[in-house]
Amino acid sequence: MASITEKSDSEDTAKVALWNNPKARALVFQVLLIGLILWSGWYMYSNLQANLERQNIASGFGFLNTTAGFGIIQALVPYSETSTFGTVFIVGLLNTILVSVIGIFFATMLGFLLGISRLSHNWVISKLATVYIETLRNIPLLLQIFFWYFAVLRSVPGKRDKWSLLDSFHLNIMGFHAPKPIFEAGSSFVVYAVIAGIIASFFIKRWSTKRQMETGQTFPVLWTSLGLIIGIPLVVFFAMGMPMHLDYALFKDTGSRLRQGFQAGHGMVLIPEFLALLLALSMYTATFIAEIVRAGILAVSHGQTEAASALGLRSGMTLRLVVIPQALRVIIPPLTSQYLNLIKNSSLAVAIAYPDLVSVFAGTTLNQTGQAVEIIIMTMLVYLFLSLVTSMFMNWYNAHMALVDR
Amino acid sequence: MKKIVLSTALGAAVAVAASTAGAATLDDIKAKGHVQCGVSQGLPGFSNTDDKGNWTGIDVDVCRAVAAAVFGDASKVKYTPLSAKERFTALQSGEIDILSRNTTWTMTRDTTLGLNFAGVNYYDGQGFMVRKDLGVKSALELGGAKVCTNTGTTTELNVADYFRANKLTYEIVAFEKADEVVQAYDTGRCDVYTTDASGLYAQRLKLAKPGDHMVLPEIISKEPLGPVVRQGDDQWFNLVKWTLFAMINAEELGVTSANIDDMKKSTNPAIKRLVGVEGNFGQNLGVSNEWAYNIVKQVGNYGEIFDANVGPKTPLGISRGVNALWSKGGLQYAPPVR
Amino acid sequence: MSGYVRETEAPELPAPAFVKGPVHWIRENLFPNWWNSILTLVSLYIGYLLFSSVIDFALISAVFTGDSGKSCIRESGGHVGACWPFIWAKFDQFIYGRYPLAERWRVDVVYLVGMAALIPALMPALPFKKWNVLFLLIVYPVMTFFLLVGGSFGLEPVETSLWGGLLVTLVVAVTGIVASLPIGIILALGRRSSMPTARFVSIIFIEFWRGVPLITVLFMSSVMFPLLLPEGVNFDKLLRALVGVALFSAAYMAEVVRGGLQAIPRGQYEGAQALGLSYWKMMGLIVLPQALKLVIPGIVNTFIGLFKDTTLVMIIGLFDLLGIVQLNFTDPKWISPVTSHTGYLFAAAIFWMFCFSMSRYSIYMENRLHTGHKR
Repeated sequence: MASITEKSDSEDTAKVALWNNPKARALVFQVLLIGLILWSGWYMYSNLQANLERQNIASGFGFLNTTAGFGIIQALVPYSETSTFGTVFIVGLLNTILVSVIGIFFATMLGFLLGISRLSHNWVISKLATVYIETLRNIPLLLQIFFWYFAVLRSVPGKRDKWSLLDSFHLNIMGFHAPKPIFEAGSSFVVYAVIAGIIASFFIKRWSTKRQMETGQTFPVLWTSLGLIIGIPLVVFFAMGMPMHLDYALFKDTGSRLRQGFQAGHGMVLIPEFLALLLALSMYTATFIAEIVRAGILAVSHGQTEAASALGLRSGMTLRLVVIPQALRVIIPPLTSQYLNLIKNSSLAVAIAYPDLVSVFAGTTLNQTGQAVEIIIMTMLVYLFLSLVTSMFMNWYNAHMALVDR
Repeated sequence: MKKIVLSTALGAAVAVAASTAGAATLDDIKAKGHVQCGVSQGLPGFSNTDDKGNWTGIDVDVCRAVAAAVFGDASKVKYTPLSAKERFTALQSGEIDILSRNTTWTMTRDTTLGLNFAGVNYYDGQGFMVRKDLGVKSALELGGAKVCTNTGTTTELNVADYFRANKLTYEIVAFEKADEVVQAYDTGRCDVYTTDASGLYAQRLKLAKPGDHMVLPEIISKEPLGPVVRQGDDQWFNLVKWTLFAMINAEELGVTSANIDDMKKSTNPAIKRLVGVEGNFGQNLGVSNEWAYNIVKQVGNYGEIFDANVGPKTPLGISRGVNALWSKGGLQYAPPVR
Repeated sequence: MSGYVRETEAPELPAPAFVKGPVHWIRENLFPNWWNSILTLVSLYIGYLLFSSVIDFALISAVFTGDSGKSCIRESGGHVGACWPFIWAKFDQFIYGRYPLAERWRVDVVYLVGMAALIPALMPALPFKKWNVLFLLIVYPVMTFFLLVGGSFGLEPVETSLWGGLLVTLVVAVTGIVASLPIGIILALGRRSSMPTARFVSIIFIEFWRGVPLITVLFMSSVMFPLLLPEGVNFDKLLRALVGVALFSAAYMAEVVRGGLQAIPRGQYEGAQALGLSYWKMMGLIVLPQALKLVIPGIVNTFIGLFKDTTLVMIIGLFDLLGIVQLNFTDPKWISPVTSHTGYLFAAAIFWMFCFSMSRYSIYMENRLHTGHKR
């Protein structure tokens, strides 16, 4: 009941019959609700127990310690056929997180670009962005994943051929091949230099804000920080005698036809399943982000921009200091739900054999062990947990950006 | 109040859709008038739909034979297409009465899933298909290959065992649906396509140029495929088991759908028992004594259904091989009707 | 000297080309400065490439007649566009699935009645809105159920495993939205209730369903749900998926409705209470009618999302439009290198048409409802 009823409750209700007393009714209703929920939970649990026992189906989480016995094409932690189903769970989870994080990055970049393009004064650019957004957002994601995987995959070169860029980046049906950096002794100093640069920039930013508040003088924080974070590590890198080399992908077009093509163990490869999923996820989610960004920018009133130019701010500064901070407040809450959607949509990987959590755990493991209840519940809880963590982070960021009333 | 609405909605739905699958499956089936049969979502020769949308295939014929035994009418079957993932739950929960979906008989499935395998209607084994231009002649040359297969089947485990046993490296790309595996293999994503040998012949038909591909000679596993029923209902289990045996016995005794009416007059006591002229074998199963007569008359003997669905004259073109009768050097052997 | 006095007005000259007219427009909007000009040219080129390749594939190089996949393969191995005969041959399957031929009139009736009832309901200007909407939300679903399932009124029963194509897509999406509306309203009221248990239960329910992917919900309904029911009770596979979809979308619907409830000014509640209305009368007669009207665009957007998400049912083995298109790629008769491209293009076009028109409608309603806030 709406909170207003409380006021009438607090007044004298002694004359009201018990069944007409809102408090008593609320209590009875709540007891009934709890009873109903407990009963249905118990009902389903006892059915489950009876079914499992009657049909002699195994239950419990012991299966996590048994050997999986199947291979997985992409694993971020050491995995082999002799690993356990527990490891399969970790591998699937990490693959889900990998594609989600990279997908969120690209979707945000592309989404902001499209959102701003749609507001551009350049007619061609704004129309092109509109067409892109209106087309892709109205086609189911699964269809787009199939398109990238099955239709586009047919068009790239086969195993014994490649498209190359600068002789070090290659694309063919086996995936995208790039050089892999191999770090040698001494490279840890470069990492330390980067960390030191980040810490130093943080303090410079604080100092410069303080000075601007007191004296009004500005300081080129961005350029100094960039210099600290990129420049110093570069100097350290060369000073240590370049402790890193690149492991290039190895392509062979001689020998038996089976062995031709890119050789395993050389360079870095992004499998086509990953590429298709990543492309589809980020291009699809970007359309929604673009609309959010556009709405956010439009929500900043004209008066703000006019006032900023009246104060003599240049257009770049207007955008950076006036429009974007205000637009972000409108943008972040819906942006969060788009990020959550992207994470949840990454489960469509199951359709094209990218080994994410749903594919290897709720798919293969479920088939091999037959323990549907345990596996589905674990999978759902993982997604709930991921959603919760993302929302918490974005809420923290939102609170950080929110309007501070003075 | 939410829950009330929810449970009334559920209650109404149950009233619409409920069916009973108690211990006496046979009685339930007789009461509802059809056999509910779980089949695959489309595997040529085993269970697929023809142009008119009717289900055909060797797995489908097992269900039709069961219906012929129970009702004397092979058409009293309804089909539920199932994915590999759903098939056991569907049987366990009573959604289907019999699962005839090229399912491999393994010890784990027999002992931990609450299921019983009623026999083997097709002895299969896992094989490999490659492009001819690879120049590979044996699976032992496949080290370093990319392998496409179905997820959630025994094939995924067998291929891992095989490559490890032979100390070969490989990478596996595992798809949810057979169609997706074929598409991915056809685009060249994989060097090798592995599944049951019968499946390889069937799926090869779907490739753009079937002639460019060959099946390697190695068979790396035993895959006895057969119908499955729930545990704990021996009467129904016996009926499915003996339906299969009746078809095999019929072939062995030379009884076909064409000559079975003449065979009723046969003097051979084994044939007399089979076609129901002598003895009470049908009644002991809980069906009419004409049970085997109906099976062979309406569906055919084992050899007939094999030839009609997967045999050399079909597009699949699979020879009998190990699926020949024991008397002809194969493995198909049925206990006598006696 | 009178010659210098003008008696008639001089004819108006057109504005100079650089302040008005197409040339000005092009200068201002396409080439205002050098980097914008480069961007314009690059974008034009990209647009041309995309547009021309789509037109080439769909029309210029496409094959329009034929009776098998062979007509879509050039002997010379040359470039071929879309294989449209594949779509013509399979069109009925894409619309009806494997619904028995003799019974397809029932599906047609459902489609036609649905359209006849929906179109007037969508037009704000037409009268009898209340009856129209009640018919759509109550009578129509019941009618559809009896028509499609059959088994009564002398109609042949048709198993749901025979349903497919656009029929399944629409059944799943429409059932999801119609069933989720009442559940969503109750959840939204529960979330704003002053009773702690009701609020707690609603929040848990909503956040749970919003936090998990639909695909796991569908897996749950297809492999886990049957084990939670007593022995001997089981549901049809499509019905199980529908229950999952309805609960899933109810959580989203609840949040949409909650937004509408929050937008109703407090004075409305207070006024209703001052009149002595009970909680349900206050909600049913005063608050909900206003709130639901406000959230029509939100409901349409939820429906668009659900409509696109119905494609996921193919992963659990139901043949929706995309599922049946993909299934037909494997028909040996129609195998060609462009069959799959054509099928995906067709499915994409159908989905796009539905979703685009719905999103236009939602924008139209939004503009109608928010007339006061426009700058």
